[in-house]
Amino acid sequence: MRSFPSPRALQARGPECPGGLGQAAGPWPSGRGQRAVGEGRVWQHLPGPVPAGAGQDVGRSCILVSIGGKNVMLDCGMHMGFNDDRRFPDFSYITRNGRLTDFLDCVIISHFHLDHCGALPYFSEMVGYDGPIYMTHPTQAICPILLEDYRKIAVDKKGEANFFTSQMIKDCMKKVVAVRLHQTVQVDEELQIKAYYAGHVLGAAMFQIKVGSESVVYTGDYNMTPDRHLGAAWIDKCRPNLLITESTYATTIRDSKRCRERDFLKKVHETVERGGKVLIPVFALGRAQELCILLETFWERMNLKAPIYFSTGLTEKANHYYKLFITWTNQKIRKTFVQRNMFEFKHIKAFDRAFADNPGPMVVFATPGMLHAGQSLQIFRKWAGNEKNMVIMPGYCVQGTVGHKILSGQRKLEMEGRQVLEIRMQVEYMSFSAHADAKGIMQLVGQAEPESVLLVHGEAKKMEFLKQKIEQEFRVSCYMPANGETVTLPTSPSIPVGISLGLLKREMAQGLLPDAKKPRLLHGTLIMKDSNFRLVSSEQALKELGLAEHQLRFTCRVHLHDSRKEQETAMRVYSHLKSLLKDHCVQHLPDGSVTVESILIQAAAHSEDPGTKVLLVSWTYQDEELGSYLTSLLKKGLPPAPSGGS
Amino acid sequence: MAAHLKKRVYEEFTKVVQQQEEITTKKLRLTKPSKSAALHIDLCKATSPADALQYLLQFARKPVEAESVEGVVRILLEHYYKENDPSVRLKIASLLGLLSKTAGFSPDCIMDDAINILQNEKSHQVLAQLLDTLLAIGTKLSENQAIQMRLVDVACKHLTDTSHGVRNKCLQLLGNLGSLEKSVTKDAEGLAIRDVQKIIGDYFSDQDPRVRTAAIKAMLQLHERGLKLHQTIYNQACKLLSDDYEQVRSAAVQLIWVVSQLYPESIVPIPSSNEEIRLVDDAFGKICHMVSDGSWVVRVQAAKLLGSMEQVSSHFLEQTLDKKLMSDLRRKRTAHERAKELYSSGEFSSGRKWGDDAPKEEVDTGAVNLIQSGACGAFVHGLEDEMYEVRIAAVEALCMLAQSSSSFAEKCLDFLVDMFNDEIEEVRLQSIHTMRKISNNITLREDQLDTILGVLEDSSRDIREALHELLCCANVSTKEGIHLALVELLKNLTKYPTDRDSIWKCLKFLGSRHPTLVLPLVPELLSTHPFFDTAEPDMDDPAYIAVLVLIFNAAKSCPTMPALFSDHTFRHYAYLRDSLSHLVPALRLSGRKLVSSAVSPNITPHEDPSHQFLQQSLERVYSLQHLDPQGTQELLEFTIRDLQRLGELQSELAGVADFSAAYLRCQLLLIKALQEKLWNVAAPLYLKQSDLASAAAKQIMEETYKMEFMYSGVENKQVVIIHHMRLQAKALQLIVTARTTRGVDLLFGMCEKFLQEVDFFQRCFIADLPHLQDSFVDKLLDLMPRLITSKPAEVVKILQTMLRQSTFLHLPLPEQIHKASATIIEPAGESDNPLRFTSGLVVALDVDATLEHVQDPQSTVKVQVLYPDGQAQMIHPKPADFRNPGPGRHRLITQVYLSHTAWTEPCQVEVRLLLAYNSNSRIPKSPWMEGGEISAQAETSIEGTIPFSKSVKVYIMPKPTRR
Repeated sequence: MRSFPSPRALQARGPECPGGLGQAAGPWPSGRGQRAVGEGRVWQHLPGPVPAGAGQDVGRSCILVSIGGKNVMLDCGMHMGFNDDRRFPDFSYITRNGRLTDFLDCVIISHFHLDHCGALPYFSEMVGYDGPIYMTHPTQAICPILLEDYRKIAVDKKGEANFFTSQMIKDCMKKVVAVRLHQTVQVDEELQIKAYYAGHVLGAAMFQIKVGSESVVYTGDYNMTPDRHLGAAWIDKCRPNLLITESTYATTIRDSKRCRERDFLKKVHETVERGGKVLIPVFALGRAQELCILLETFWERMNLKAPIYFSTGLTEKANHYYKLFITWTNQKIRKTFVQRNMFEFKHIKAFDRAFADNPGPMVVFATPGMLHAGQSLQIFRKWAGNEKNMVIMPGYCVQGTVGHKILSGQRKLEMEGRQVLEIRMQVEYMSFSAHADAKGIMQLVGQAEPESVLLVHGEAKKMEFLKQKIEQEFRVSCYMPANGETVTLPTSPSIPVGISLGLLKREMAQGLLPDAKKPRLLHGTLIMKDSNFRLVSSEQALKELGLAEHQLRFTCRVHLHDSRKEQETAMRVYSHLKSLLKDHCVQHLPDGSVTVESILIQAAAHSEDPGTKVLLVSWTYQDEELGSYLTSLLKKGLPPAPSGGS
Repeated sequence: MAAHLKKRVYEEFTKVVQQQEEITTKKLRLTKPSKSAALHIDLCKATSPADALQYLLQFARKPVEAESVEGVVRILLEHYYKENDPSVRLKIASLLGLLSKTAGFSPDCIMDDAINILQNEKSHQVLAQLLDTLLAIGTKLSENQAIQMRLVDVACKHLTDTSHGVRNKCLQLLGNLGSLEKSVTKDAEGLAIRDVQKIIGDYFSDQDPRVRTAAIKAMLQLHERGLKLHQTIYNQACKLLSDDYEQVRSAAVQLIWVVSQLYPESIVPIPSSNEEIRLVDDAFGKICHMVSDGSWVVRVQAAKLLGSMEQVSSHFLEQTLDKKLMSDLRRKRTAHERAKELYSSGEFSSGRKWGDDAPKEEVDTGAVNLIQSGACGAFVHGLEDEMYEVRIAAVEALCMLAQSSSSFAEKCLDFLVDMFNDEIEEVRLQSIHTMRKISNNITLREDQLDTILGVLEDSSRDIREALHELLCCANVSTKEGIHLALVELLKNLTKYPTDRDSIWKCLKFLGSRHPTLVLPLVPELLSTHPFFDTAEPDMDDPAYIAVLVLIFNAAKSCPTMPALFSDHTFRHYAYLRDSLSHLVPALRLSGRKLVSSAVSPNITPHEDPSHQFLQQSLERVYSLQHLDPQGTQELLEFTIRDLQRLGELQSELAGVADFSAAYLRCQLLLIKALQEKLWNVAAPLYLKQSDLASAAAKQIMEETYKMEFMYSGVENKQVVIIHHMRLQAKALQLIVTARTTRGVDLLFGMCEKFLQEVDFFQRCFIADLPHLQDSFVDKLLDLMPRLITSKPAEVVKILQTMLRQSTFLHLPLPEQIHKASATIIEPAGESDNPLRFTSGLVVALDVDATLEHVQDPQSTVKVQVLYPDGQAQMIHPKPADFRNPGPGRHRLITQVYLSHTAWTEPCQVEVRLLLAYNSNSRIPKSPWMEGGEISAQAETSIEGTIPFSKSVKVYIMPKPTRR
């Protein structure tokens, strides 16, 4: 008999280095993390200790799963907070000696955010991996743009050495195999993967990894509520052995998106109407497109004329891909793109530096999102003095940035060169996040019906709550491995057994009523021979093995308190059983015994106590079920006789 | 021997076929009985199953008469027994089903055969088809209990089949024919009583999802047929809610809904606790849970059904709007709650700060329910759904629930307001309409009003107008609210001047609903000053008129208000009361000369007297048919005048009065035409005078078409009279032509045509002929045999005498009758600036009109443009251009393209609306017509148009092209 490997999981976590305390160790401490003896490990990197309620996009995702003897790496992210070696996972940890390609069967990237794909060129070109990398088409298209942007900032601006080059990004992307939604990709003969829609950002996907009858679903980041440009995540009832889900908002139930949208639009509208300028600092991809669509449709609906600008560069390229991948967007955009592609903005134009000084109302989207540098900061400085203007922060800001300062209520900012900038413009905060909240996570778990759940990408304290809820409401085991902890998941693999057709038909004919997926009792003999299993009828088994048949009969005595004669007792037993077992054939034989199907019941007087009768119940092994039922029934005693017996 | 016999049979059949070829096509009917024979031959000729299938397919294309069905069935059955190929058997089985549906054929004779072949059939597909046939037979013979029982028996037997198709059909059969409990006890002779419900219920757990769906559908079918479902089904159905397949879940949701409506007050236990709740509440919770199902089909279904669960406790109902927000395990208030709090604390207008949504108290982790909390937040999810179908369904459900519960209406307001911002216009429109429907139950807070009014800037006209209608019936709580609404409406007016009428109307209701709130605003609105006279505003400014409409309507129920008016306001009142009387009510202004009080709408005469008057005057006319012509004519003229006046005064009687007046006018014209003294004059002399008679005939024709097609609610009895009148007009026309033309050929043709029409009339209205005693057509039909054989001249003579002798038919008044009318709102025809465009190119003219009482306007209403050169152009508006704002009312908003060659100076074109008609549309279908002889019908069909709106003049100027 073949042994079925169970997927095991191990999780190790790097030391948290707040503020970059001078620890030389990589994110995976080689000293602490045990080498897993078995096949499976899951490493996972949690975001550094960032202020509460934020920072979900700051972190490293890199998870290793071993399933059915196959090793799969899920995501390959970098850490935004570090500038040294710690920004990339320590891949040497995967195999001490030996090539990564030999150890990993494939790498899957869920979406294009850098904390999910930032380390990819480093991993494949500098560490060395030549196996397949799977991602969806939009991710494949947008990923290199972001990587190139990241490289430029790191190398050209900060002047770092030993960083991956443009050529490396190109080479890395050559190893990518693009997958479509719901397309089952056969990685090798045993391993197959399948992508599901995840919302979150364009091209984000959840992946089902399947080997034989065992499967794991990795969600990446996902969103269960649709927004203005993307739909909601969806998965079928695939019943995986393990569901690895993000848990960024494990302890939050969010309000309806509509209020936020309405507030946002109202604020922009009011400001524009009184002639003010609106600055919206954004990161180039994701939320920016959602806000663009929101404003574009609002301008269209309300017939507004004030110009909207979008700072150029990276965004233009990205918008181009949004236009292309219409099938990945939401219902409205998909349905109307024949008349007009929603991403071909009518009201939104490219921004030029000179426009900032133009008189009259306008709305400007500018990068970066936290107002810490670049164009958004420049514009902010120009406009901050006028109380008619407004800045809307659509996302979280890291401590120390201008964004964070103004959000926490500072009205005077010290800029470089000892300048003091007084802020008169209105400052607004609008959170548009694209992660599933606690209800959403539960909804997804409910949809997929996994055997167990593993929580990643979240804070331990919050996960604890969610873990408790999942265990309580779905009655499945839930893991939230702490750092450096190994999780092993036993599975109960299904073993195919052959059954002879004759036996199957015979058994089918017995029970007339259908009972769907309920387990059904079937009598037969299991023969294990040459590592295959067969279920045959007992006669055939006897024949095959050359054995003689033996009859097995159970008898049982039941004592009854009944002072009447044996015949009367038998009669009472008969009428009692007759009334209870309507579906069975109950007979009263002339010799005073009662039969139920083939079970024989005889009543005899007790040798010592005349007030007690002994019921002899006898049945064959085949009738075990009914026989034991009858005995238990009789042990409960007979109902009081209508004539008022003892 | 047998072979020989058969050969002979075939020979005979062949003969029949040959005969068929010889016979001319006119006597087609004779060959029809041979249909079965032909089929038989075809099937015998078929060498391969494919061939046979082809023949059968061909055969199925033609209908079979009731009398020959049985023969055909026999032949088909015979072949069925012989056929080896399952596909042919399948086709035969399906044909049997089709044939048994033939009207006039009783299929009980083939039932035995069908059951018989069912028992020997091996192919699952054919079995399923046969069961389908049995279902057709069973539904046809739904009265026969014994047959039903037998069929149910058959179905039960095949329920254990291994094919899902067969099981499906069996369940369908059980659902459709399963006997109702009462009758089972009576007629169950010999057949075991089967508990159909239990049998079907067992298949809820079938291994095939299609069978499970079929079982639930069968159960629903039982319910539809009036069988009371057991409450035990509820638990079974609840289990099906977690089925893997969406169609099963979708059907299960329906079933749960049905059970919850049947046993709303039953008590069910809550699993894993000792509590018990009402079944309807439990079901509500379960259906709410399905609103977040994985499949959108199920979500739509669930959201729709929620709306009709009115017995739900309010406690559960209100949960659907509460999602129990939290952040980092701390309870958080929703934006709605915050808005309300801000409003009640009086700092509504202040901007929001970062962090005011910061979570407050800690949440007890044990008490938070993330999933099984049933109704919790169902509508929040539904309204946020990805698919707009779900969102619309949720909005509709909200509407229905809010209409039955005012406290819920109050709560769902915020959510509806949020939906005004949806990305799909349909959803926005739907939520505005919903809000209007529930507006009686709610009072708008200022901040809510503010959000609502924001939508007034929407570029879609439909949205804006829906919003105006919503404001018409909204309750506003404060005077600031009224002021805000007025300001926003005026903003809207400047941005979209075309909304003028709609806004005025909206302000009219706003004023009359909130007189006390308007009162303190009056000085500000009229910009009066306690000491100084202010400048008199421009009377033609739509915005000023809008303000006045608001104030005057409020003043109607607020007698202190006029004291605040300045002199010019009173002047403006008098002007507006005249020019916009529908918007400005009559006010009691002390010490002022008022508009004559007689017209005051307050004194509404009781309905009865006027109705009586109408009846009396009509009866007077009908009884006076034998008076001298002069007197009759005068009486008719007076009555027509009376009726017209009555119609003007009493709007609810306008339809009847106009209709009767039109009829009397026809009669008057006819009498006048017949009274011409010149009828006796020799034909040549008469020539000049014929104008009057033929004009009368033409006019009568026009009037009859108007009567027939311009009124809604005209019944068959009126149609007969109208057609009869038209027939008389045609006779008159014939007589006149006969007298004026010389050629016999022409006359001959006309005569024939006329007689055809008489024939047509007779066939169409054969049922109504007894009511037409002594009438023109009655006499005409008596003489019909003679007319057919006689010469045209003679026919004319007979007609003439008959026309004179014919009596005046009484026109029975229909219950409800309304005249179709249209008003063109735009173009208003006031502009002095011509529309200039380059000749040869087109200019788009916006047309906006309201239509009243037009049936099926999409196909009947046309726009006509008349150019000064007499050229007329007919435009068919797109079906999407029509909107239906209320019962009997339609709105046409379309664009008309004008084009012409260059003119030297601007000139006016006329635009008007036409009602197109087709004379066949009203004629009742007689059995005779079903025979397929449509040709006769087509001959007499007349298409035409009736103008039904005043024409509007548009000044245009096509300029010559510059080169």
